[in-house]
Amino acid sequence: MAAVTTPSRPPGPYRLTEEHDMLRDAVRVLADERVAPRAADIDRTAEFPQDLRRLLADHDILALPFPEAHGGLGGELLNVCLAVEQLSRACATTGLILAVQELGSLPITLAGSEEQQARWFPKLASGEQLIAFALTEAEAGSDAAAARTIARRDGDDYVIDGTKRFISQGSVADLVTVFAVTDAEVPRHRRLSAFVVEVPRDGFSVTRLEHKMGIRGSPTAELAFDAMRVPVANRLGEEGDGWDIAMRTLDRSRPAIAAQAIGIAQGALEVASAYARERRQFGERIGDFQQIGAMLADMDAGIEAARQLLYRACVAIDDGAPDASRWSAMCKLVAGDTAMRVTTDAVQVLGGYGYIDEFPVERMMRDAKITQLYEGTQQIQRLVIARALLGKGD
Amino acid sequence: MRIVVLTKPVPDPASGGERLGPDGRLDRGNSPAVVNGNDEYVLETALKLIEAAGDGEVILLSMAPQNAPETMRKALAMGATRGILVTDPAISGSCTVATTRILAAALRTLEFDLVLAGVDTSDGGSGVVPPGVAALTGLPFLSYAATIEPDVAARTVRVQRITPTGYDVLEAPLPALISGTQALGEPRYPSLKGIMAARNKEIATLSLADLDIDPATVGLEGATTRVVGSAPPPPRGATRVVREAPDEAARQVVALLAERRLI
Repeated sequence: MAAVTTPSRPPGPYRLTEEHDMLRDAVRVLADERVAPRAADIDRTAEFPQDLRRLLADHDILALPFPEAHGGLGGELLNVCLAVEQLSRACATTGLILAVQELGSLPITLAGSEEQQARWFPKLASGEQLIAFALTEAEAGSDAAAARTIARRDGDDYVIDGTKRFISQGSVADLVTVFAVTDAEVPRHRRLSAFVVEVPRDGFSVTRLEHKMGIRGSPTAELAFDAMRVPVANRLGEEGDGWDIAMRTLDRSRPAIAAQAIGIAQGALEVASAYARERRQFGERIGDFQQIGAMLADMDAGIEAARQLLYRACVAIDDGAPDASRWSAMCKLVAGDTAMRVTTDAVQVLGGYGYIDEFPVERMMRDAKITQLYEGTQQIQRLVIARALLGKGD
Repeated sequence: MRIVVLTKPVPDPASGGERLGPDGRLDRGNSPAVVNGNDEYVLETALKLIEAAGDGEVILLSMAPQNAPETMRKALAMGATRGILVTDPAISGSCTVATTRILAAALRTLEFDLVLAGVDTSDGGSGVVPPGVAALTGLPFLSYAATIEPDVAARTVRVQRITPTGYDVLEAPLPALISGTQALGEPRYPSLKGIMAARNKEIATLSLADLDIDPATVGLEGATTRVVGSAPPPPRGATRVVREAPDEAARQVVALLAERRLI
């Protein structure tokens, strides 16, 4: 039997630095004082929280994913994830604002020219503009290469036709990174190209907003392109690079979703343990009943394990690990499943009170579900990990 | 304007891990170090004064073990310009007299308009270092400041010192040394930009040799005082909270005190 080709380089030690601690604490205080009081209202009204978007901009949180040369704070993945985690602990919709800002701009970070970065990054880093990532289509979800949106070259422009679906923040973004087919006749992983589109513009429309189970303040849009003209200067990399750009983007963006999941789970654990300390039945604190205590212990241990995997993955990916896909898939897989389990158990700990909107755990449970679905379902994460483990089979 | 802020890394009071070792000295390994609370209040004031003045610098001065730059980094993230750390293996175990001499010597290497210090520290708590440093350097000393208003053109500084009945207004010529408390106002949280900028700020270190101090006169050997024992405060007894209306509550409290023969 052939040796299993697990990635060879054992990860080195890592620990959070004083700088990481300070950054996490700064965001945590802001999340507790300014974000948490808005969370229930954002969920109920399902309106995008422009006030919190400005709050994140004013406190340079939206600058985290960008290089210092263009007004950012360096783009270290662990910093982005520490911030997403703390924001999501209070409100998953607000954590997603930063995660999507990173997701939409990663194609520019990975494949944009110096000129393109200088053109778009400063206003994204300042939070003046938001950016969305438009890959998914109604018939091209996990099978993203099956996209039907077409970009046809016409002089110095491309003319783009098609429809993208489930685009986070697609209706509030000022820029949209669109993946479209530039050549249908080549192998499927060379069919796509990536474009940065400033919107609104002729031929661009938001045709639908989804009614969602969770992350209800984050608008999820259907975007239609009808003979939408985009200059060639807005193309990232070469024609045919789109698939590769999208996959490398997801390698770096999935950890932010893992961070969102861990933040949601931590928030639920804090509510559940506070409740278990105060709620008395049969003359005792319910946390002192072994069945409840054991649930809380499992929640805490699960969250910490997922968190350590996430931080380790961030450092490995920033260090240029050749198996970045594996690290990012593993951390999202573990964190998403942990968040779903922990939030479900948090509702259980609160009993009937967990099921009503007087307490935030039912919202957290609804919010947690998306982390098992977007930026690749858990099934796709397992596929990515298994492929890394077994080799692609030449 | 140039302001020196004396800062001390102390065991985090929130960690609950403050304790003395068997030798009567602080066990620094038992809890994470943070910037002393009162030092943060004066640092905040220093930063506001520099911001209002439009230019100048805030210099942190600490005497601390080798690992102190980590806590100094947070003060730099809040906005201080640079740090100076006096560190030397021989310093370990120094009493307040030696600490005062060392800080005074370090201060003589600097130019400044003001020196600010927390009125005391949450670990040692003697509160004698700021006046001691002022005495050794010949600086005017104003204590327990609730406001600090320098007038650089007139080369004076005015403070309000809170008293049991109101406040005193005190004035001294610059340069001066002022100790302050939480009455100065809440310290800011470091901004993300401040945190990122702090990594590139300078922390210079000075040894005893740099300050021309004989190691034999400081540290445990040279200490003028010695801690011979310590004990945690006795546990709080059972508490009874009276929640009745004021008249009834007063009656119950009086009855309780009478019952214990306290009145």
